[in-house]
Amino acid sequence: MDKTGADILVDGLIKEGVEVMFGYPGGAILDVCDSIYKSKIKFILTRHEQGAAHAADGFSRSTGRMGVCMATSGPGAINLVTGIATAYMDSIPMVALTGQVPTSMIGNDAFQEADTVGITRPVTKYNYLVKDVKDLPRIIKEAFYIASTGRPGPVLIDIPKDVQKAVYKNYSYPDKVDLRSYKPVYEGHPNQIAKAAKEIEKAKKPLLYCGGGAISSNAYEEILKLAETCDIPVTTTLLGHGCFPETNPLALKMLGMHGTQYANYAMAETDLIIAVGARFDDRVTGKLDEFAPNARGRVIHIDIDPSAISKNIPVSIPIVGDCKTVLQELLKHTKPKKNPEWIKQIMEWKTKYPLTYRRDDDLLHPQFVVEQIYEVTKGDAIIVTEVGQNQMWAAHYYKYTRPRTFLSSGGLGTMGYGFPASIGAKMGNPDKLVIDIAGDGSIQMNIQELATAVVNNIPVKIVILNNGYLGMVRQWQELFYQREYAFTDLSRYLKKDMKWEDIKKDPKLFVPDFVKLAEAYDALGIRVTRKEEVAPALEKAFSSPKVAIVECLVEREENVFPMIPSGASVKQMMGGMA
Amino acid sequence: MQHIISVLVENRFGVLANISSLFSARGFNIDSLAVGETHDPSISRMTILVTGDDRIIEQVNKQLNKLIDVIKVSDLTEEEHIERELMLLKVSHTDRTRSEIVQLVEIFKARIVDYCPKTITIQIVGSPEKITAFIEIMRSFGIKEVARTGRIALLRG
Repeated sequence: MDKTGADILVDGLIKEGVEVMFGYPGGAILDVCDSIYKSKIKFILTRHEQGAAHAADGFSRSTGRMGVCMATSGPGAINLVTGIATAYMDSIPMVALTGQVPTSMIGNDAFQEADTVGITRPVTKYNYLVKDVKDLPRIIKEAFYIASTGRPGPVLIDIPKDVQKAVYKNYSYPDKVDLRSYKPVYEGHPNQIAKAAKEIEKAKKPLLYCGGGAISSNAYEEILKLAETCDIPVTTTLLGHGCFPETNPLALKMLGMHGTQYANYAMAETDLIIAVGARFDDRVTGKLDEFAPNARGRVIHIDIDPSAISKNIPVSIPIVGDCKTVLQELLKHTKPKKNPEWIKQIMEWKTKYPLTYRRDDDLLHPQFVVEQIYEVTKGDAIIVTEVGQNQMWAAHYYKYTRPRTFLSSGGLGTMGYGFPASIGAKMGNPDKLVIDIAGDGSIQMNIQELATAVVNNIPVKIVILNNGYLGMVRQWQELFYQREYAFTDLSRYLKKDMKWEDIKKDPKLFVPDFVKLAEAYDALGIRVTRKEEVAPALEKAFSSPKVAIVECLVEREENVFPMIPSGASVKQMMGGMA
Repeated sequence: MQHIISVLVENRFGVLANISSLFSARGFNIDSLAVGETHDPSISRMTILVTGDDRIIEQVNKQLNKLIDVIKVSDLTEEEHIERELMLLKVSHTDRTRSEIVQLVEIFKARIVDYCPKTITIQIVGSPEKITAFIEIMRSFGIKEVARTGRIALLRG
């Protein structure tokens, strides 16, 4: 069959199972737009290309299916970059399509020309500039394969306008990929797995430490089985939330800088770390020399990416492979055991040092709002976060029990991720309640996507923990910069000695007025200033068929605790109480 | 310590940029880099000299392997191998110095590849030590320009 490049692309997308994509048109991608328009693919027009990339990411994280985004050349492609980099840092599969000026004009500084493959090289797993329409079918096939296999990541295809128009005679779509230089290893080495099983048998204080890799390999069942068979407590990274049910007594929730005290004590005390799809990043380890001193020489690390192993801390039993496959094999070698002393110690810590905040006053604390979200949804929602204090409170005060129900920009820490990502998540999970837990800073970074959500009837719910500050940065300024709040106050008229109760009476002190903003977009807007208003407001917003914003005016100077300062160790952990 | 790493890559547009941007993004220092097609025109060999401790070199190896276009990475440092580098060196000559230069070219088993009234261009192939020694000796005659290929290497046998 004869087909144009644009038609080949759309045919390829459909053959790869794409039903939904997110994007923004422009001159250099018009042929592709035209082909998509005539196809059965549902195209969501966002209001900014960054929104499209995050939406594709949210779709991908929440479903495990490929997220696809599209933009035109030059500024369009460059606007995707933050979203692509966010996906890259968190190893999220994504395919990004960009238009490019015609091949004859590349390098001539043409209108809306940018070196897209050059700009995206460090933030993609792989990228292509298509110079000949005959290469296009192979490239599409490879792009989907590379993005979704091994350690997943975003792949970008840059397609010049003349290639979109060019006709490929007798076109056919390849049915397999042949890449001699790319062969991910899925099976772990049997000897290493046997060794790991022996270590687990010997260990008195084993600890499972699971990250985003556990989610992307769908190792939920296996982790649960290993933890319960061998009586091993489980701590997760930020991206690991949901890979182990936090309602299980063995769950320690998150570790690291803002981890729970009991998770960090467990890491300091453990004599065997079993790392599953996690990478020992600096927010987890703190000061490397003092990290997990009792597990030196006893670290099992299962990861599909060899370069993640022994990068930050020495690993005694590296197992390169897919987490799920390796754990299935490992489970054949492990015998049921109990670690009563260890578990007793863990339970003591959990009882003595729970996550907590001031519950005994009448003030509206942000943590309370998150707890109420958990109560109202009964834990059955997809929670998406922005970045900062909102993200940490969302991690702390909601119990995650299923994988792919907590979506957050962990590695890059991209403010403005949450709202567009929740649009993507809702597109992938139309029957699920999708809630973006936001701060008043982050939400404004991609607030324009309200139009996308409303126009396309994608009823996501936004809960804004509004404190009129860039809260996390303000917290650092409070703790480490002598309370000099440089450029972190988002409100107006506020004076340092103003009483919070008076401030709350005058919402004009906050810009924008999020309720009016919601109404301007034909969304539902509710403002909450008191504790008892929270649950009714959430219920109203969640049961409404509309896109909804619940703006909560929370305590201004609430801090995220516990906290281990950057580069410090568990010994310098700062308190449990605000 | 300096390592010599030989990398087989797909001979494709953008591969050199991928490799060099990997080194700059990860803060690895490249001492030299030589690239050329192999007998299979779809494959190029890159010979990379990089200095670092064991941990850095392990990361260099792993990160190179992670690149989609990289077919094979071998660290030749501890293996028995042959290393060569080629240098072109342009030096001034006068009636007084000419014969001494020609003599030194013979001693070093180098070759004169261009002869002009004011300069001689010499080609020399060998180990890095030999090439460095040759530069030092030529310095007093007045070196005009130098071009080096960077080291290339193959395993013995």
